[in-house]
Amino acid sequence: MLDVSLDKRIEDAIVMLLKAASIYLPQDVKNALIKARDLEDNPLAKAQLDAIIENCELAEVEGKPICQDTGLISFYVSVGDEFPVKGALADILRRATIRATREIPLRPNSVDVLSGKNPGDNTGRYVPHIDWELIPNNSELKVTAFPKGGGSEGPCLAKVILPTEGLKYAKKMVLDAVAEAGPKPCPPTVIGVGLGGTMDFAVKLAKKALLRPIGVRSDVEDIAKLEVELLELINSLGIGPHGVGGRTTALDVHVDCAHRHPASYAVAVVFNCWAVRRSTMIMDSKGNVDFITHKFMNELWR
Amino acid sequence: MKTPLSEEDIRKLKVGDVVYLSGIVVTARDAAHSRALSILRSGGSLPIDLKGLAIYHCGPVVDKKDDKWVVVVAGPTTSTRMDPLEYEFIEKTGAKMIIGKGGMGARTVEACKKFGAVYTIFTGGAAVLAAKGMKRVLEVHWLDLGIPEALWVIEVENFGPLMVTIDSHGNNFYDSINREVYRRLREEIYPKIGV
Repeated sequence: MLDVSLDKRIEDAIVMLLKAASIYLPQDVKNALIKARDLEDNPLAKAQLDAIIENCELAEVEGKPICQDTGLISFYVSVGDEFPVKGALADILRRATIRATREIPLRPNSVDVLSGKNPGDNTGRYVPHIDWELIPNNSELKVTAFPKGGGSEGPCLAKVILPTEGLKYAKKMVLDAVAEAGPKPCPPTVIGVGLGGTMDFAVKLAKKALLRPIGVRSDVEDIAKLEVELLELINSLGIGPHGVGGRTTALDVHVDCAHRHPASYAVAVVFNCWAVRRSTMIMDSKGNVDFITHKFMNELWR
Repeated sequence: MKTPLSEEDIRKLKVGDVVYLSGIVVTARDAAHSRALSILRSGGSLPIDLKGLAIYHCGPVVDKKDDKWVVVVAGPTTSTRMDPLEYEFIEKTGAKMIIGKGGMGARTVEACKKFGAVYTIFTGGAAVLAAKGMKRVLEVHWLDLGIPEALWVIEVENFGPLMVTIDSHGNNFYDSINREVYRRLREEIYPKIGV
C-alpha cells in the first residue's frame, strides 16, 4: 500500500522530472557535445565547446539549471487507458510546474501575450503545453518534460510550398533557415524538420522530432537518408559553435513526415539550442517510477 | 578590465580579443531597453547611472534568501532583439560595454565606433559558468517588468571569458563569418541540392 495518493506521487515525480531536465543534460546530448569538441580544430570553436561542457559539469555539481533560460515548458504525455489517473493529469502537471519553478528554482518565463504580465510561476493560458496520447490496453503513464529556451524559437519557421517545388525546395528552406539563424539559436543546435500534413501538423512533427535521441535515425529509410544529407550540408556551412566558425553547426537533424494534401506541401523547421533538455519517466498503475532518461534519479526517488 | 570603463580602455580592444571584467554589470533586455529609452527621451533619469558600466543582455534565475536576492544562474540572451534600440541606448546612457550573445548589426557597430563602446559575447547557455563570476546583487529596479526583464545591478569579479565581436573601430567579427557562410551556401550547397 502506498502512503500517499497516486495524484501526489505523480506530482512529486513530475517535479523531479523537471529538475532532471533543467539540471542534467541527457547522456546522448552530452556525448554529442564532447564528440564535437574532440573533432574541432578551430580554437575559437573549441573554446566555446569547452565552456559549454564545463558549464554542464558545473550545473550537475552545483545542482543548478544548465541555462538561465529554463524555457517554456511542454509535456508529452502518453497515458494508458488502464492507468487509474487521467482526467486530473492536466491539473497535476500544472501544480508540479508551479512547485518546480519555486523549488529548483526555474525562471518564470510565461508571459501574457497582450499585456506582457508575468504570473511568475511558469503557468498561464495553455501553459504548460500538454501533448496527449491515449495508449490502448496499457496501464502506464509516460511523461516527457521538454522545456525549450526562447533563443532557439526565433529562427523557427513554417511554410506551405508548391508541391511541384517539393523536396528540393524543402531542403533549401532548411539550409537557408540555418544560414539566416547564424549564431542566434545557440549552435550547435539540433534541428527538427516536419514535412507534409497540414501546416500545424508539420510544425508538431518537427518539434516532436527533437525528442528523438541524437544519432537515432528515422525508421523511414528515405527520411533517414535525408537526415544524414541535411546534417552534412548544414555542418559544411561553417557557422560553428556560437557562430564563431568551425565544424559543428548542428549536432543532429531529425525529420518526420506525414501524408500531405495533393495541393500542398507543408515544411516546418524547429531549432533547439545545444541545451536539449528532455527527460522521460514511466509510472506504473501502483505509482512506481522509472526515470528512463535519467536513471540516477531512481535512487533519489526511493 | 574594471568598471567604470574609459573610452581609452575601450579603444584599445579589437575583435577577437578576450577580456575578463570586474566591477558592475547591469542586466537589460527588451522591455528594460524600451523603458529606459522612453524615460531618457522625455528628459528623465534612470534609477542607476550607466556611464562607463557594462550592460548585460541577460534575464537571470534568481532566488531570495533571508530577504536578499541571489543570482542562481545568469547566461546571456540573444542580443539581436535589442539591436534596433542599442544605438540610442549607448548614445544616451554612456554605457561602454555590451555583453550578450548571437551578435549585433550595423547600427550598433556605428554606435560603438562613434561613442567608443564594444560588444562582447559570453558563451550562450553557459549560465552556471557566468554566475561563478558574479559576487552579489547590489540593487534591482523595475521588478514590475518581471524577473527576466528587470534591471539587475550585479557586482562581478573576473567575469568572462568575454570575446570582443564588435570593436570601436567599425569591425564586426560575425560579418566575416556570415559572408563566408553565404558564399558556401550559394556556391557549394545550392548546386548539390539542385537549386
